[in-house]
Amino acid sequence: MADDAILEGEFFMNGDEACAEGAIAAGCRFFAGYPITPATEVAERMSRRLPQVGGVYIQMEDELASMNAVLGASWAGVKAMTSTSGPGFSLMMENLGLGAMLETPCVLVNIQRAGPSTGLPTLVGQGDMMQARWGTHGLYELISLVPSSPQEIYDLSVTAFNLSERYRVPVLIMSDEVVGHMSEKVVMRRVPPEDIVERRRPTKPPGEYWPYEPDDDLVPPMAIAGQGYRFHVTGLTHDERGYPVMTAEAQDVLARRLVDKIRVNRSDIIMLEEVDTEDADVIVCAYGITSRVARRAVRQARDGGIRAGLVKMITVWPFPEDRIRELASQARAFVVPEINYGQVVLEVERCAAGKARAVLVPHMGGGVHRPETVLDAIRGAVL
Amino acid sequence: MTTAVTTEKHPYDPYLRVDRMPHIWCAGCGVGPAVGCFIKAIERSGVNPDRIALISGIGCAGRAAGYVRLDSFHTTHGRALPFATGLKLGNPELNVVIFSGDGDLAAIGGNHLIHAARRNIDMTVICINNFNYGMTGGQLGPTTPLEARSSTSPYGNFDPPFNLPHLVAACGATYVSRWTVIHLRQLERSIAEAMVKPGFSFIEVLAPCPTVYGRMNKLGQGTDELHTYQSRCVVQNGADPKDAEIGLSGTIIVGKFVDTERPTFWDHCMKVFKKAQKK
Repeated sequence: MADDAILEGEFFMNGDEACAEGAIAAGCRFFAGYPITPATEVAERMSRRLPQVGGVYIQMEDELASMNAVLGASWAGVKAMTSTSGPGFSLMMENLGLGAMLETPCVLVNIQRAGPSTGLPTLVGQGDMMQARWGTHGLYELISLVPSSPQEIYDLSVTAFNLSERYRVPVLIMSDEVVGHMSEKVVMRRVPPEDIVERRRPTKPPGEYWPYEPDDDLVPPMAIAGQGYRFHVTGLTHDERGYPVMTAEAQDVLARRLVDKIRVNRSDIIMLEEVDTEDADVIVCAYGITSRVARRAVRQARDGGIRAGLVKMITVWPFPEDRIRELASQARAFVVPEINYGQVVLEVERCAAGKARAVLVPHMGGGVHRPETVLDAIRGAVL
Repeated sequence: MTTAVTTEKHPYDPYLRVDRMPHIWCAGCGVGPAVGCFIKAIERSGVNPDRIALISGIGCAGRAAGYVRLDSFHTTHGRALPFATGLKLGNPELNVVIFSGDGDLAAIGGNHLIHAARRNIDMTVICINNFNYGMTGGQLGPTTPLEARSSTSPYGNFDPPFNLPHLVAACGATYVSRWTVIHLRQLERSIAEAMVKPGFSFIEVLAPCPTVYGRMNKLGQGTDELHTYQSRCVVQNGADPKDAEIGLSGTIIVGKFVDTERPTFWDHCMKVFKKAQKK
């Protein structure tokens, strides 16, 4: 394998390209995708780079196929990724659910554009945040990360693969068009082996191994195809053997574990950055490109004598609800700017539970907030 | 007085998840015999079963993955082929077999079918064609003959069907055959040939569905439908697949239609990727 083709050093590149490089640094060696603006540069970079590092790039016939090919490759033991946007994200929902059900490590990158439908293909949106949580049918929890710069999308691509391998779950990188298309300095590194997480392999021999017999952390070790385990996996509700069982009892055991393996491990999963929250009366909760606008607004508010703070989310799902609950008993209000008409604000409001107000600062998409708009909302929140 | 012949072991047991028996297929269904042929074909092919991955979509035939003791994947409706594509490219040493139905592979999965054939991915597709959606109660499918009755064509079908061998041959499949579940030896041989042949192989298996398609079209019991095949089928190896259309009555051409050579997707892939690694 041509691992010496992994890039190290400082580069000037856009977020889409940095995302691809982060994935390669994390050990991704399979990419299946379908061209779509503004995620195309992720696929283009992968098509050039994967062959250099001994990986496989394939352009599939659509996003349904792309998501499935990624799942298949993961079951062959290869770290696999796809990228898309808007309409393609909708098409991937069906088999994102299969990924959740089969407990398949993989990474799905969504460079969000404004919607619904074809919307604004070349312009930014953050309208898929609830789709990332609830978009495929049924009961499950996935992990969603929200980078705000080319450097962060590079770093979070490594994190995404590690989390997906650790928890046997599809991980979503919920980026946006501005982060995807902006070019900045990106420092790349060869990730040391101890910082790379690999899925837990079976400790039991073929014949005794079952694909959904979980360890204490609710995550089952994963066999891969072709090694003699002769395992069965299905999108049907199944027992620990992977066999279909069409009962409410089996559904109860499985659905609880699929959700709980994320919920009970959430303190290990959730990442956020806080700025000046210790004494804050008003806290701006923001993510992706919007968090950079928010950072400036918070600084301006502080300069103007308002005790403002910032919670910059890195993980949106699972939602950092424990921390938001704590902050709700201290702050008077949360201000939530997002490039949609109110999605993550609903979670903030739920966790604030009436102890602090949650103020939405919406932007319908096609551009980012002006810092002054967020600043006005901060001022309004402390009146 | 006759006594039932019972036996502790069945010769196919090593290849079956016996702890999952009895299976869900109806009496007289053609999926079971086709699974039997596949199991015998594994032995005939000499392929190490530990290296075989079996992928199914959704439907009656799609349940095969659950019963055959191989690494097996029961995926989503229509998506067996792209899942299998990822699996094969992730580990080209795997012998990849897809076992699914006509509705799954040719309707909801039709786009994936033509592209897998075009790419000539090294895999074997066993397509059970029972002319309707059996699992959901006998709706018309992409193979239902014109004028045939189904639960969604109560006055007779007006939706022209695919000729599957013609379709996949036109898309570039390098091995194409059609048999019925009365052609057990030919079917077994055909599956074994396909499994060891590089490239995209497609085997259509006509199978009775006495519970719904057969009942709605007054074809009698499963065995009666087999007799119908016996009288209607003509073996024509090497026939032009475009002549192999299936109507509600008349001749059904079966046989091996295509057995040709073309570089596989992986062959092309390796050639180009080697060039990339030199850069």
